[in-house]
Amino acid sequence: MAPDDADGDAMQDNHSDRFDRLPTTADERVVEGRPTRAAVLSWWNERFGIDPAVFEPYSFWERGAGKIWIFYGDLASPVDVDGLGMMALRTRQEHWKPTLEAVQRFGGHATTNCIHLPRPAAATFLAGEDQELDWDGDWGYLIVTHELAGEPEPLGVGLYVHDELRSMVPKGRRRELG
Amino acid sequence: MTVLERYEPLVDDPATFYAACERPLPAVVRVNTIKTTVEQARAALEEVGIAYEATDWHPGVLRLPDAQPGANWPYVHGWLHGQEEVSAVPAEVLAPQPGERVWDACAAPGSKTTQLAALMDDEGLVVATDDNMGRVSALRSNTERLGVTNIAVTVEDARNHSLKPFSSQADEPGPTTADGAMYDRALVDVPCSCEGTVRKNPDVLDEWELDQVEGIAGVQKGILRRAVQATRAGGTVVYSTCTFAPEENEAVLEYAIAEEPCEIVPFDLPLDASPGITEWQGETYDDSVTRAKRIYPHQNDTGGFFCAKLEVTG
Ligand SMILES: C[S@@+](CC[C@H](N)C(=O)[O-])C[C@H]1O[C@@H](n2cnc3c(N)ncnc32)[C@H](O)[C@@H]1O
Repeated sequence: MAPDDADGDAMQDNHSDRFDRLPTTADERVVEGRPTRAAVLSWWNERFGIDPAVFEPYSFWERGAGKIWIFYGDLASPVDVDGLGMMALRTRQEHWKPTLEAVQRFGGHATTNCIHLPRPAAATFLAGEDQELDWDGDWGYLIVTHELAGEPEPLGVGLYVHDELRSMVPKGRRRELG
Repeated sequence: MTVLERYEPLVDDPATFYAACERPLPAVVRVNTIKTTVEQARAALEEVGIAYEATDWHPGVLRLPDAQPGANWPYVHGWLHGQEEVSAVPAEVLAPQPGERVWDACAAPGSKTTQLAALMDDEGLVVATDDNMGRVSALRSNTERLGVTNIAVTVEDARNHSLKPFSSQADEPGPTTADGAMYDRALVDVPCSCEGTVRKNPDVLDEWELDQVEGIAGVQKGILRRAVQATRAGGTVVYSTCTFAPEENEAVLEYAIAEEPCEIVPFDLPLDASPGITEWQGETYDDSVTRAKRIYPHQNDTGGFFCAKLEVTG
């Protein structure tokens, strides 16, 4: 059964859904278009400098076309459950997009494409607002950090294009914090 | 007779009991150690100017006398979870270890699920079950916000919980070879008539009906029974409610020890509590129910709670 025969968003709440483990490499791929574990690890590494060893204890699963979930440990695939670990990544579009939750959980290991914001700019970002900012690095999805309790902490995902940082904070996670 | 007067014969000091039930509860948060440490979270609260008081029994459970838990920087980083103080008790009593397999039979909205995952350092497996889709959405939102990865969620009636999805090649065979392995521990935090939450929601007393107590006790028995069946010999099951009703507490334990191979075991609790009772309205219960704990609101200035620890013997 191809996972892409239903709309991803509709599947979120579809009770009888199942999770399929990503194939390790392209040789093992049975569903066309499904990313491999190797591709997911190298994406985190190339985009954010996260060492693939960080993900060693985890398995990656697809439910809904292009929605990739990260789960501690492993289970026999497919798994017929209503949730498995956390959604980490969307791979359907040309540029893969990490979730806020995955970035908060694993983004502390990132070494590149992290933009550090002072508190007022972090508040603008958290409120879901776009802002003009200077950034010397790549365009595309960035990990947004700010300082809390003396350390830079990953807060969410921004999209940097045309001198502007667009907030990707999902509606339900937005807050107005002064 | 009001609902609370029903329990007057059980409490040592009815006047302070009634007075405590009238007082609203302070906001309380639990530090999520999957994403931070207790020290860092406390430092963050200080930095953003939110006063907190540590509870004297748990360094990561903090009272916020002047603030709501959900609108501050440490919260948006998933460092804090709003959770009533006594609600943090059963996961500590269950004490799951990293790498174990744990079932949370009535999991939504996930306060205790996420606490179990944190106690396990987010390693091993927590299977979180609930039969209410809407509440499961809230559970998933909480587990993701708090960064939990060792969780599988099932929407089903816990009385018919299936281990089938949770097999892997490395597993020991479960009850049948096609099934996943049995659990090391299970938390049974059942739906109940909830008088213990009166300080948060005074309406619970108006909604209370004796018929409902009897109906819900049947569900509680079925869920506890399934949890004992799904847990390996030597494993631990914790049963908890936020009701004072013996029909939903001691009577449910009495049923479980009669029907399934398990016994009620003693445990230490760093909060003031009273023992489970052996007599109620003409019914008598096994002496071992006194090993369960009743927490009344006036004892520690919290909500009301009931908690029992069982060991599976066969
Ligand atoms: C006391 S609440 C659980 C609170 C949760 N443990 C927490 O800490 O956030 C009881 C839950 O049991 C669920 N429930 C009721 N009947 C059930 C059944 N037969 N099987 C599974 N869950 C059930 C309700 O939907 C409710 O979410």
